[in-house]
Amino acid sequence: MNSQRIHAVDVTARNLKANARLSLKDQQLRHNMRSAMDSLISKRIISMPDEDERENLRELGNKVRARALSELPDLLELLEANLIKQGIQVHWASSTDEANAIVLKIAQTRNAKQVIKGKSMVSEEMAMNEHLTEHGIEALESDMGEYIIQLDNEKPTHIIMPAIHKNAEQVGRLFEHRLALPYTNDVDSLIQSARGILREKFFHADIGISGVNFAVAETGTLLLVENEGNGRMSTTVPPVHIAVTGIEKVVANLQDTVPLLSLLTRSALGQGITTYVNMISAPRQPGELDGPEEVHLVLLDNGRSQAFADSELRQTLNCIRCGACMNHCPVYTRIGGQAYGTVYPGPIGKIISPHLLGLENTPDHPSASSLCGACGEVCPVKIPIPALLRRLREENVKSPQQAGQVMDGQGSRYSAKERLLWKGWQYFNSQPLLYKTGTFLATRLRALTPKNLGPWTQHHSAPKPAARSLHELAKAHLEKQS
Amino acid sequence: MSNLFYNAAPQETRVAPPRKPARTYPTGKPTQVYLFGTCVVDLFFPEAGMDAIHLLEREGIRVDFPQGQSCCGQPAYTSGYTEQAREVARAQLKLFANDWPVVVTSGSCAGMFREHYPDLFKDEPEMLAKVKHLAERTYELAEFLLHVCDVQLIDQGAPLQVALHTSCSARREMNTHLHARALLSQLAQVERVEHDHESECCGFGGTFSVRMPDISGAMVADKTQSLLASGAQQVVSADCGCLMNINGSFEKQNIPLLGQHLASFLWQRTQTKQEASV
Ligand code: SF4
Repeated sequence: MNSQRIHAVDVTARNLKANARLSLKDQQLRHNMRSAMDSLISKRIISMPDEDERENLRELGNKVRARALSELPDLLELLEANLIKQGIQVHWASSTDEANAIVLKIAQTRNAKQVIKGKSMVSEEMAMNEHLTEHGIEALESDMGEYIIQLDNEKPTHIIMPAIHKNAEQVGRLFEHRLALPYTNDVDSLIQSARGILREKFFHADIGISGVNFAVAETGTLLLVENEGNGRMSTTVPPVHIAVTGIEKVVANLQDTVPLLSLLTRSALGQGITTYVNMISAPRQPGELDGPEEVHLVLLDNGRSQAFADSELRQTLNCIRCGACMNHCPVYTRIGGQAYGTVYPGPIGKIISPHLLGLENTPDHPSASSLCGACGEVCPVKIPIPALLRRLREENVKSPQQAGQVMDGQGSRYSAKERLLWKGWQYFNSQPLLYKTGTFLATRLRALTPKNLGPWTQHHSAPKPAARSLHELAKAHLEKQS
Repeated sequence: MSNLFYNAAPQETRVAPPRKPARTYPTGKPTQVYLFGTCVVDLFFPEAGMDAIHLLEREGIRVDFPQGQSCCGQPAYTSGYTEQAREVARAQLKLFANDWPVVVTSGSCAGMFREHYPDLFKDEPEMLAKVKHLAERTYELAEFLLHVCDVQLIDQGAPLQVALHTSCSARREMNTHLHARALLSQLAQVERVEHDHESECCGFGGTFSVRMPDISGAMVADKTQSLLASGAQQVVSADCGCLMNINGSFEKQNIPLLGQHLASFLWQRTQTKQEASV
């Protein structure tokens, strides 16, 4: 095992820089991430070959999401009313603690010992597994990627492909150690053996847990897409199904889900449609052969309403969790998801995590981007991620006392010294005489340019000013011309 | 081809979406332009600014270089110091009082003028009008040469393989990769070679490279390696921020390949003997 490896237990969101440094040293990780991301990038583009059509669809996706968010409170009420009418129990949670308490209570009422889970990022956000385990309930992941990282006591590295940072050899070794299976690096046999183990578990689980891709208000439908069938198993085999979702996942009607689904699956894996599209609208009805006896939906806020309250930041909630922004992010590709120390890594993580955890717990996230814009260019619902990152930086360096607080942890990077430096920069750049004197001195004293310029010279030689500035050269030249 | 099902959407959202319209260019060359050199060019690549002036003058255009200019404000803007960026932007705006086009020797600074100044002054109607007027007449150098001057370059150099690096903000805001490509393709003896992950960021990102030196360092190391692997004899870019980053990394690694600004490259390749002697 690579000793540099980042382990879930050591990683916190506050240490993004240090985590990144460790990841960068892990050559295997760098290699695995690069080849995985390259393949996802090309799959996405192949699945949407017509540029006009792709852009039209993105525009439509943006409109559908923006419209849903503009009616969010009404749609949530409608959703709740329709779900209850159809026999699904609805619970509201403002924090992850509340959400965990709700899930635990349901489990305890049913005397549950074992929970089987389909893929759900919101349950990761809640750290639900840990919470259930503490209370003596076993929570087993059934999505292949989630299962792999659970076996290795790690956190997901990606929101769609939780174990994408591992290659087949690493998974083979892991199965050998943890499941006592003979070593192989054949992907098909690895998957088949894990499936065999998981299949058994479905029949013994007391509760199945899933996420939700879209909650349709008008029809009271919980829509869930997946490729492996574990989502369908977890939502139909155990006697109780609990779905957990963020409040922003609601859309107005079924028609709205059509473009969003198309965008989601193409942006994520380059698929026109996934193998399974589950639409859940009620528990088992009399006379039906399968389905759970009880269905619950837990709607989690956890900082989302803070983002909702600001018209610019609200766009963060457009996200349909496709992962395309990660796949295209040069920072994410280098450091992998775990270095972020948050449930949602990559570009979307950098704009949503500060709402979920407060800027004080994610102080470096808004800065950990070169603002190259690749994320915004591919986002299927056109979230202006670079603009939102810039906005968060602004909130981050504001004085904590400054009025108009829109975010928890505003000013977590506030530094009087830094602000003063930028004021000096402003003064220097808006006083022509000062600017010219400064650049004159820099050019004349260029021989004295220090060789060590702190962080810059770790990876670069020191830049040396030219002998004459453009101001001087241009002046001399243009005077000669006239 | 409608395999993407977007027609299934509700009626009111089925309309063709508004797209950013292609920029329309004036017909005919202006007689006079402003040059905005940018702060990095001013101090580190002044020859690029001078070569831009030479190229413009050869097109018969008079160039004014307002001596009051400094920085477009981008470093403060992207670092979250919006107020400081706004005041520096205000100082620049004063300098371009006449109606002339403003030619900028860096795609990302041109992008700052065009895309972000309107955001900086969104609450000041009078300034906003000025800013919009500036945005309309701001051109990145390659764009201006290609679309406004309709330049015809005649290559005077020996056969050469060149790799082009474009800055991200420039390629995503100003499409400069297409402009620079078109200009290079006018040079008969120059072959443009592709490199891996060409559209990926070099890791500069202004203050990003100082705030996150390790991540940025990994990005520029990969970038320089793929430029090297392309077999190019020369690296060209229209953005001096990237060039400072890439060249600094080449030097640190002792790789004898240095990036040159597009303006300098074009000017050197197309000078006639007569021009060279004056
Ligand atoms: S921000 Fe956009 S690209 Fe990123 S996961 Fe969300 S929808 Fe996908």
